[in-house]
Amino acid sequence: MPSAQHTRNPFTQVETPAVGISVEHLSKNFGSLKVLRDVTFDVHPGEIFVLMGPSGSGKSVLLKHIVGLELPTSGRVLVDEHDAASEETREHVRMALVFQSGALFNSLSVYDNLALYPREHRVADEAGIREKVMHALKILSLEGTARKFPSDLSGGMKKRVAIARALVMEPQLMLYDEPTSELDPVMSATISEIIASLREEYHVTTIVVSHDRDLALSIADRIGILMDGRLAFLGLPSELQAPTDPKVADFLNPKIDLKHPRFKQLET
Amino acid sequence: MRHLTNILEGFGSTLQLLIRAVSYAGTLPRQRARFIEQCYLIGYTTLPIVAILSFFIGSVLALQAGYSMENFGTQQFIGSLVGLSMARELGPVMVAILLAGRVGSAITAELASMKVYQEVDALVTMNIPPARMLVLPRLAAALVMMPVLALIGDLVGWFGGALVSKYTAIIAIEPEAYFSVLRRYTHFKDVMNGLAKAEIFGFVVVLVCCNIGLNTRGGPREIGASVTRAVVTSLILILVLDYFVTQLLT
Repeated sequence: MPSAQHTRNPFTQVETPAVGISVEHLSKNFGSLKVLRDVTFDVHPGEIFVLMGPSGSGKSVLLKHIVGLELPTSGRVLVDEHDAASEETREHVRMALVFQSGALFNSLSVYDNLALYPREHRVADEAGIREKVMHALKILSLEGTARKFPSDLSGGMKKRVAIARALVMEPQLMLYDEPTSELDPVMSATISEIIASLREEYHVTTIVVSHDRDLALSIADRIGILMDGRLAFLGLPSELQAPTDPKVADFLNPKIDLKHPRFKQLET
Repeated sequence: MRHLTNILEGFGSTLQLLIRAVSYAGTLPRQRARFIEQCYLIGYTTLPIVAILSFFIGSVLALQAGYSMENFGTQQFIGSLVGLSMARELGPVMVAILLAGRVGSAITAELASMKVYQEVDALVTMNIPPARMLVLPRLAAALVMMPVLALIGDLVGWFGGALVSKYTAIIAIEPEAYFSVLRRYTHFKDVMNGLAKAEIFGFVVVLVCCNIGLNTRGGPREIGASVTRAVVTSLILILVLDYFVTQLLT
């Protein structure tokens, strides 16, 4: 187990300081639509931070700001004290984002999907790359899929391949966008275990965006809840047992009222 | 006003993409597998249709010219007309139009689908610039293959004209006479001008199609819209550029 403030490389076992993130007064507008409104929080080095919220609350947009795929309208995001959108940050910090869809390259085999990053960045010769790829596939229990194409894989396997591809990047920061969406409960639990064990094993700073309450409560060190673009809750999972904000309480324990006018409309 | 803004934005983003792609030119040697694959797609797979169309364009040119020139008894100059028209204008323009329709649309569809399904975002997060991996090999392949395609188009078109000239009763010119006139009036410079045009058109078509593909936003429906926009924009640019490049080269 690596020391608390250090991330261990899964391939070389070398330890490097874990990466922290600061989101400072972040706002994002798309035209007249205000998606994020003055969001501020920190992600501590080596922790698992789960960002929750209902659909359309701005979770994925916030994640894209952290990896530099979106630029803030105002405010800033710092990754290891560098501006998230700058080229220097991409050079300096290895960030891996596991997309909701997996975003695997459909024209490449599973092996080539995993080998793309080390080949492009020439981190090893072909034998070294093969070793890394096969090791990552083994960690995710994906031996035997190397020659398959993404179209041949189930939803759960695609997610695991996406995580394996992220792992090959030897990341200091892992980000997951809805990792358990569209998965059955068993596969969701497996993915949750994988996320937790990767952090446990390598102490990678991890941000998970999800609206899966069970996933959040089982793996998070801290949780943030976005509602309508604002951070409505920031704290420990234990604090969510009795949330003070009624909107947060409604989100975590939704009640279905069949007498609500909208259900009456459906009947007619 | 909004259309003008869109045009200027499109021009600006295309120029930015070009600058980014060119800045990675040094990486081309280690991307030779991608470069060769694109040469195959742009060159080899387009060749049959270029040959067929060029053959019939040369044939139709000879046929139409034959009917007109018969009135003046000048059919013996058909070789020069077909030779110059194919070399300076129809060869490069037809190859560029084919490139836009066949290869350009495929490039836009592929890149737009990569963008919509977040594969391009995945590349960015991996610190692999899309301009380097997706655009540069295609631009380089267009530069290499377009003159080759245009030259083959010229030769096949001339050959089509020769066949029609021999076997059409009102023209009835032997291939020797046809090619003798063609050689006398079609100079090396004319052929080179045509190849330069093809080079410029091909480069612009591939660049525009890449840019439109990479700037696709939304869902699968937008992929189709991007392909249409890329092909229409390419066709307009080919014809507009044709005028200015012809002016420049004349």
